[in-house]
Formats: sequence, C-alpha cells, structure tokens
Amino acid sequence: MKEYSAFDILGPIMIGPSSSHTAGAARLGKIASEIAGTGFYKVEFYLHGSFAKTYKGHGTDKALVAGILGFDPSDERLRDSFDIAKDHNIRYEFIESDLGYLHPNSVKIVFKYRDKDDFYVLGSSIGGGSIIIDNINGDQVEFTGSYPTIILKYPDEKGVISIISSLLANAEINIATMRVTREGNIATMICELDSQIDEETINEISKLKNLAYVRFINTKRS
Amino acid sequence: MFNKGSELMELCNEKNAKIYEIVIEKEHITSGLSYDEIRNKMKETLEVMKTSATSALDKDIISVSGLTGGNSKKVQDYKNTHKTLSGPFINSAMAKAFSTSEVNGSMGKICASPTAGASGIVPSALLAAQEKLDLSDEMLINALFTAAGIGEIVAKNATVAGAEGGCQAECGVAAAMAAGAIVEMAGGTPNQALDAAGFALTNIMGLVCDPIAGLVEYPCNLRNASGVVNALISADLALAEVQALIPFDEVVEAMYKVGKSLPESLRETAQGGLADTPTGRELAKKVID
Repeated sequence: MKEYSAFDILGPIMIGPSSSHTAGAARLGKIASEIAGTGFYKVEFYLHGSFAKTYKGHGTDKALVAGILGFDPSDERLRDSFDIAKDHNIRYEFIESDLGYLHPNSVKIVFKYRDKDDFYVLGSSIGGGSIIIDNINGDQVEFTGSYPTIILKYPDEKGVISIISSLLANAEINIATMRVTREGNIATMICELDSQIDEETINEISKLKNLAYVRFINTKRS
Repeated sequence: MFNKGSELMELCNEKNAKIYEIVIEKEHITSGLSYDEIRNKMKETLEVMKTSATSALDKDIISVSGLTGGNSKKVQDYKNTHKTLSGPFINSAMAKAFSTSEVNGSMGKICASPTAGASGIVPSALLAAQEKLDLSDEMLINALFTAAGIGEIVAKNATVAGAEGGCQAECGVAAAMAAGAIVEMAGGTPNQALDAAGFALTNIMGLVCDPIAGLVEYPCNLRNASGVVNALISADLALAEVQALIPFDEVVEAMYKVGKSLPESLRETAQGGLADTPTGRELAKKVID
C-alpha cells in the first residue's frame, strides 16, 4: 500500500484548475527545461490525448509555458505566462498530435536553439500533480523529477557506475534509484538521490572524461 | 501507522489521542521533519485556503473558460441582504466554497483538498466552523491533519479521483474529511469524527462526475457548495450521537464499488450526465473552439 503524506492529501498548493492538467503540466515544463538547458528561442509543445482535447480550458498551455520559464505549479505568474514569455523573446507553439501508446496526459516538448540542435523531452502528468519523464531525445527513461536527479550519457565502459557511486558516497549522498540503459555503445544513467547535490560533487561529476551529456536536476525534496 | 479507519481508531484508543495527533506523529516519523516544521507547513496550507475561500466573496471572479464565476459574491450578497431559508451560517459556508472553486477556475492559487475540483469544501467547512465555534488557527491546523488522515484512508483503500470513482470520490471525500475534522474541532471523539466522515460519504453515494467540457467548473462549483453543507450536517449528526450502523471502512469500500460500477461516461469523461445535455454539448463546443 502506497504511503501518503498529509500534504499529498491536502495538496499540492497549486494554481488551478486541475492538478493533472495544470499543476502537472507546469512541472513537466519546468523539469523539461532543466533537462534541456537554457538558451532556447522557441518551444513546440506536441499535446497528446486529454492534453490535446482540453488544454485551453484547463490552462495547460499557460502552465506548460510557465514551466519552461522555470515557474513552479504554485507560482501566480502562471496565468500571465504567455505575456512573460513574450517579454523574454521566447516563442511557443501548441500542436495537437497523436504520440502513440502513451498516458492520456502526455506532451512532447521540443526546445529550439539558434546555435545547436533541437532538444526534446517527453513526459506524462500521471495525477495529483505528479509526473513521469518518459523520453529524452529518443532515449527511453523513467523518472519523476521529485528527487534530485543526475542524468548522464557516456560511451559505455567499465567502472563508470562505481566512480559515480563513490563520488556520491564521499559526499554522503544516498542513491534512491539508479537505472542504466544502453544503446549501441552509449549508456544513459538516471540516478535519483535522497538529498540535493552540492556544487563540488556537481563539478567532480562534470569533469569526468568522455561525457556526452550531463544534467543535474536539483529538486528540493518536499 | 494505519491503513484502515479501524487501525486509526485502535491507535487513538491505545494512546488516548485525537486523530490529528496520530497523523502528525506519523508525518514526523515518515518525513523526518520536526513537529514545528510540520505544523508550519500546514499553516502555509491554511493561509492559501483562507485566501482562496474569501477572495471571491466581494468581487466577481470569472473562470478562464468564461463558463462560470460570480456565484460566491451572489450568495454572499444574498446572505447579507435577505432573510435566507438556510440561514446566514450555511449561506456563508456555501459562499466560501464557491469562492475557492471560482478561484480555481480562474487559475488562482488553491490547495487541492483532496483534488482541485473539490478544493472548496474543506476550507469553507473549517472556516465556517471557526467562526461559529470561535476557534483558534492552531485548532484549524489540527483539524487539517484530521482531514488529511481521513482522506488518506480513502486514498489507500478506494480512490479520490473523479475519473475512477465519480464525484462521490472527490466532493464526497472532501465532505467526509471536513466532517471528521469539524467533529474533533467541536470536541467530539475520534470515533464520532470517523462516523461523521462515514455519514458524509453515505449522503453522497452514487454522485456522478459530469463536468461540462471536461472542465472542473460546472456542476463542480455547485457541488462544492452543497458538499460543505453535507460536511456540516454530517458533523452535527455525529455530535448528536447518531450512531453509524455501517463502519467507516465498509462505507469506503462501498463507495469504491459504487464508483467502479458507474459507467465510464459518468466518471469525468464529459460523455454523460450534464455534460451530455444539448446545452452541455453546446457549451463544450464554445469552450473548445
């Protein structure tokens, strides 16, 4: 039986009207932009299922834009996110689409940069404001963004897991879950942690050789 | 720890404690936060609830879709200027329930309790009881933990999602949480609190979830207003020592079964009920285009 906090039942504190269509959408946008990294000039939102059908009335569109601007689901600027995006010269577009066999509240968020390739994150809002990130640029992943998370992509070679786990152990950071997937000779590691990652550990990990990609989502655990 | 209402009652009896004390203790053990931190967090929740429950009382707040709004102020004005049938206390509670519901529809800040669609009931019930019984904010914070404990049992053993169990699982559970909380605030026993929660669920059993255009606005706003009244009378029933023949856990189970046997068209799909009336379909077209 899933254990609930009192604040799961009385919560989340959020901007209405819907925890899955509004609060979850804002979280999806926020985590996706943290994964993609800053500097994008345009974002395309491919809305799937129920997101595609009711996004206007539920403010899913405003919530997604608020998310990519870095706003939390309880941020009152969420209502005005379109105007704020314009002030930041960030363009956005909503495209109703069928993304295949996915949770009905799913969205593919494509970030466009002037100086580098597009980057996309696909995720689902699974109820009560909770989310799952399903795919990053074609790599199947599965994490919730509710823990501090490290995402690493590197040429598959022996020892990387032990290096990462010992760096974390030295910093007294407990690993909650670790999942490594491989495609060809490229490995993707998603590592969820019990506590936030300090600056020094971030630097140590970033310095590792041959990393194709590294991101730290330093969610504060509530 | 507790999963069932019966286990919660055992803990209350064993420790001679109120429901909120057990819930806070559990939160302390599972989250690792101090008692002060936990109470302060709930204080923030209470502040959000107070604002959402009062901000539409004196001005029209209209939803993003334009479908609903302005009813909180209407009921509040009616209460202030008329000799109302159900009296100022009930009308004031209904106005507050509308308020949160309207703030939600307008993309304002609310606390999902247990969901966003049913978020008006717990705040309006508690604030109405506070006014009536002259209670401190500290007692309201306690009451919120009682409400959370009751909601947790339903979430674990049944559902709080309209898509799964119909509106009885949203507005019904919210009313159950509020009813139990108010009983403790009014000095009732943990047993009476759980009975009140059972009454509230019983009174609303079979309620369908049929939001127009799939938006949690109409009839949700109305059901928040009726839900708070359900919570208040259920609390009164328990405090009057009306006995529950069916134990809370069994009511929760029955509620779940009823929810499961509702056709999918009546579970938040906007395919049945009011959503599937000629006017409902017409309004949906307007919102979606």
